[in-house]
Amino acid sequence: MTLLDVENLWVKFPSRHGVFDAVRGVSFTLGKERLGIVGESGSGKSLTGRAILKLIRPPGIMTADRISLEGDDLMPKSERDMQAVRGQRISMVMQDPKFSLNPVMTIGEQIMEAYQLHNAVGKKAAFAKAVEMLEAVSIRDAPRVMRAYPHEMSGGMGQRIMIAMMLIPNPQILIADEPTSALDVSVQRQVLDIMDNLVKERGMGLIFISHDLNLVADFCDRVLIMYAGRIVEVCDADKLREAKHPYTQGLLNSLPRLDEPCARLQVLKRDPAWSEAPSVSGRI
Amino acid sequence: MSMISVENLDVWFGRGRDRVDAVKGASFAVKRGESFGLVGESGSGKSTILRAIMGLAPDWSGQITVDGKAISGRREKGFYKQVQMVFQDPYASLHPRHSVDQVLGETLLLHGFTDIDDRVVKLLDDVGLGGKFRFRYPHQLSGGQRQRVAIARALAAEPEILLLDEPTSALDVSVQAEILNLLADLRVEHGLTYVMVSHDLSVVGHMCDQLAVMKDGEIVEIMAVDALRAMKAVHPYSQHLLEASV
Repeated sequence: MTLLDVENLWVKFPSRHGVFDAVRGVSFTLGKERLGIVGESGSGKSLTGRAILKLIRPPGIMTADRISLEGDDLMPKSERDMQAVRGQRISMVMQDPKFSLNPVMTIGEQIMEAYQLHNAVGKKAAFAKAVEMLEAVSIRDAPRVMRAYPHEMSGGMGQRIMIAMMLIPNPQILIADEPTSALDVSVQRQVLDIMDNLVKERGMGLIFISHDLNLVADFCDRVLIMYAGRIVEVCDADKLREAKHPYTQGLLNSLPRLDEPCARLQVLKRDPAWSEAPSVSGRI
Repeated sequence: MSMISVENLDVWFGRGRDRVDAVKGASFAVKRGESFGLVGESGSGKSTILRAIMGLAPDWSGQITVDGKAISGRREKGFYKQVQMVFQDPYASLHPRHSVDQVLGETLLLHGFTDIDDRVVKLLDDVGLGGKFRFRYPHQLSGGQRQRVAIARALAAEPEILLLDEPTSALDVSVQAEILNLLADLRVEHGLTYVMVSHDLSVVGHMCDQLAVMKDGEIVEIMAVDALRAMKAVHPYSQHLLEASV
């Protein structure tokens, strides 16, 4: 079943040297699956994630033929109507917990605020729900964490708290923008496993934005590869290593590998034709 | 004889009950021309070791020897001609309002060179940037180009040892490959000794001959890269780290 259907999405920024197209006509669909979006910095992957929530601020301009969430088109919705979509139906986890948690509020207050904003419940019920959510993301001693401030938390805990906060309104779609790139490898796995379980249990759709090809190949079901604002290739995650586009191959070959030592790493040679070629559709 | 040796190094911050022991009893030695890696999670003290060698962490005890000379107290001027450091984030380590020419020119002047003009051109060539980047400001450069400028600045003093603190972690994989190739070439051309900090085992595996695995301020294992490739880690923590990164 299709949860989200995006067609011909553009994001533009007017500048002194003419209009800069950051995302150029991207189309894809999302079912109850884990969809990865990979690319280098500046390829438009994060902007695609933000544009789904209509979070492009002026002077940026976004246009799309359609962004429909379970048949409900988001494009004509007003800012006020979008508030009911953001958090409630589509949630987003940002890259760095240091910058996305409020430093002067306790973690408990922040999670309860997120819950009470979307549900008419009392403080007591909100507290119980928040503790339950923190336990769901494997945080031990949740009542103590509720009283703590963000600076008292490690990066991995902070990111799990962010995930708890985003999942508490029970959204249908979770957009995770580089959720683990600020974390150590050993903690990375843990956070991914937690996210994976929650997504499976709740039957959610997940959009996983990352620059780490190996991670995406392991973790996702389907992958969109973006280059210069367009999708250059769509493939199944387990077949990413057999990818055909020279850009994807170049990215994979430029990674150093422990099992295959080499004297020099391959360097990506960019072909101007890649950015000219029309976007591949990621629709099913 | 070893180029850098560190013996029983303790580094701490704060005092009294606020004291944090960032590095506890670390010892390792790097031969001339070798490349040595330090890996571990954030907070394990790997960058702190580099900072202690450079003199950026004031409270330490133990013994640091560079090219046979023990280091103590304030570093002599000659020390910085021998040892230079490249920092993690090229966005933060370059002055935003100094052009590349100013950055390199000032460094060369401070090291007492007189033929600054020729040397700036040569340094830019060495790191693969070329003359057209000479009068640009950092915001006119990409992340990879900035890191090249930071490497050129470190090479300005013609050092024998480069300390590299996560030189590619802020860069894309395609740019990372270019910078790692550049560092490998420079090591051969200039006969440099590297001490490299990274959280990425495959980067260290590619660049280094030996590595130390750190956890909670202590070195838990020192091994050769061949052992790493063969997945022959002895300490359970290094095994865990190795599993997580393959």
